[in-house]
Amino acid sequence: MTLAPDVLALQLLTGLALGALYALLAIGLSLIFGMLTVVNFAHGAFFMVGAYVGFFLYGLTGSFWASLVGAPLAVGAVGLVVERFLVRPLYGRGLDYPLLLTFGLAYVLVEIVRILFGKQGLPFDTPEALSGAVDVWVGYFPLYRLFVIGAAAAATLAVWLFIDKTSYGLIIRAGARDPVIVRILGIDIARVWLAIFGIGAALAGFAGVLAAPLQGVAPEMGDTVLAEAFVVTVIGGMGSLLGAVVAGLLVGVTISMTSLFAPEMARVCVFALMALVLLVRPQGMFGRAGLLS
Amino acid sequence: MAASAGVAVALVPSGFAALRAQQVPIRVGFPVPLTGPYGAEAKDQVRAAQLAIAEFNESGGLKGRKAELLVRDDKLNPGEAVTRTLELIESYKVDSIVGGLSASVQLSINNVTKERKVLFNSISQSDVINEAQDFSIYTFHEALNPHMTTGAVGRYVFPRFGKRVVFLAPDYAYGHEMVRGFLSVGRQFNIQVLAQILHPLGATDYSTFFPRIQALKPDLVCICNFGRDQQLSIKQATDFGLKRNARIVVPILLYTARVAAGPKAYEGVIGGTSYYWRLEDTIPSAKTFNDRFRKAYGGAVPSDYGSLGYAGVRTVLEAMRRAGTTDVARVVEAMLGLKYDFYKGPEYYRACDHQAVQSVVIIESKSKDMESPADVFNILHVEQPAQTHLRSCQELGHTA
Repeated sequence: MTLAPDVLALQLLTGLALGALYALLAIGLSLIFGMLTVVNFAHGAFFMVGAYVGFFLYGLTGSFWASLVGAPLAVGAVGLVVERFLVRPLYGRGLDYPLLLTFGLAYVLVEIVRILFGKQGLPFDTPEALSGAVDVWVGYFPLYRLFVIGAAAAATLAVWLFIDKTSYGLIIRAGARDPVIVRILGIDIARVWLAIFGIGAALAGFAGVLAAPLQGVAPEMGDTVLAEAFVVTVIGGMGSLLGAVVAGLLVGVTISMTSLFAPEMARVCVFALMALVLLVRPQGMFGRAGLLS
Repeated sequence: MAASAGVAVALVPSGFAALRAQQVPIRVGFPVPLTGPYGAEAKDQVRAAQLAIAEFNESGGLKGRKAELLVRDDKLNPGEAVTRTLELIESYKVDSIVGGLSASVQLSINNVTKERKVLFNSISQSDVINEAQDFSIYTFHEALNPHMTTGAVGRYVFPRFGKRVVFLAPDYAYGHEMVRGFLSVGRQFNIQVLAQILHPLGATDYSTFFPRIQALKPDLVCICNFGRDQQLSIKQATDFGLKRNARIVVPILLYTARVAAGPKAYEGVIGGTSYYWRLEDTIPSAKTFNDRFRKAYGGAVPSDYGSLGYAGVRTVLEAMRRAGTTDVARVVEAMLGLKYDFYKGPEYYRACDHQAVQSVVIIESKSKDMESPADVFNILHVEQPAQTHLRSCQELGHTA
């Protein structure tokens, strides 16, 4: 088989498009863990709910753009409610309490969606303006996947600017380092945590609605995604935003490149990559050591 | 079941036994994957199977004894299917099992029914189920098998659309059997296999395979998957512009997946099917079946796999009626004696492997001139039933 450079380039681009979604999911997961030390097993379900809200809004308004904005807002709101009434009572009780809670919550959300929309998956049309393949010089590439890369990059940039460049972000970062001191300084840390959980959930919802035109919507669509997002988070380092982005793209490219040579190995390679990273750096590529202890 | 019926007759007065037989309905267990990537097809199988049950009951049942369908969700998981099947046999004392919408799941169901001596009529594709090793006298196969399907599709497409072929198939029994079938018929036409790519069952993203496929410049891309996998892979292949230079061929072109994905994604895709409702234009039994289905389900037409649910249940009930009993040995005998035309033209079960010998329909997805939302395919060709299109009994390891 010919390994022309343009095939490799196209394969790389495919990997980046795939990785963009992984990164988006991992950022939310990492954000919630890094700030709240909550291992959010409902993250995949948030992704799925985002896709369904997007599906619902698309059907209602006929505008993909409305669903692109509405879905993250709706899932963010779900996140706020979940943090305020379910997760908050469990702070200070150890890592496993919120873990089990969100694990169960995922089942509840999947079941609610099954009741509302049925057990079967539903198709989600690519918006007309973004459908079809475009010539990207090395070959043809679906326009929508280019859009996914752009949208994920924009969302990532926004989160980074918010956390790194705003005064509110400063509080968040301080809260992650030492919540007690922040509280002593007269800042309501509970509200910060609420916001973080909401933003994390909204990012998962955004990833969900972005993924919907690629794979349709189905109640179980969050299950595989959750496992993949955790792998990405672990590779990048729990709690690290930069790690989430780098690892997300790395995992996407790994799957894509493996598919070129040995498609059957694609999934295994991701886990092999995780094992390798953990052997060399147990805290992940960009993680701080000791977060889980 | 034969044994337990015998015990019942021996232990209780015969009058009571007869009364009991009248009261207890004939139970048909129906394990299908209601959740998961084949959910849409499974749901339609249930609807069609219920129609067969209703028809049987309306026409008097078995000497007044009514039938009922016990639907279970096997979640497309062989282990789950075994549990549900055992439960149907042990706790619900079913008289027969019909179902199993997956090559591997049906084999796991068959293992149970074989051992428990319960009649099983499988309604999804498998080659292995015909082979001597997995076969038992209680095993019937109403669905097409991959050898028949790919044979008919291959004989149609290879001479017409080119010899450079790439295969994309799910990495489990169904995918392997479909590819093997295409390779077998392909030898007659000297096809050139450029690549065989396997993907995990239930994958949601196929994009990573397409740059390579494009670079190989095939005439035909044979996508050998099923259900939502088929819907997603064809949609994504279309998004990637794969149809620019190649034609997409599938062994089974699914009605449900095509309706769900819309005309654009499936435009020009060619494949085989056991049934498409437009057969009613030429086949009277198809018209009768469709009309009953329309009446029962608000004007909807039955899908390919739905129809198999209907045929699978109806043949079993018909055999019971002819045998005048639910005694499994006599029902098996009656099944083999059937020459039936329930919905798609003449069919019968071959004696050695209990495979339903039937026609294969070659269809093409259309994107214009659709008379209704259900009018999604053009029928290109109907390959009439013939034992020569099946592997021979010797080849399958049967001595009979």
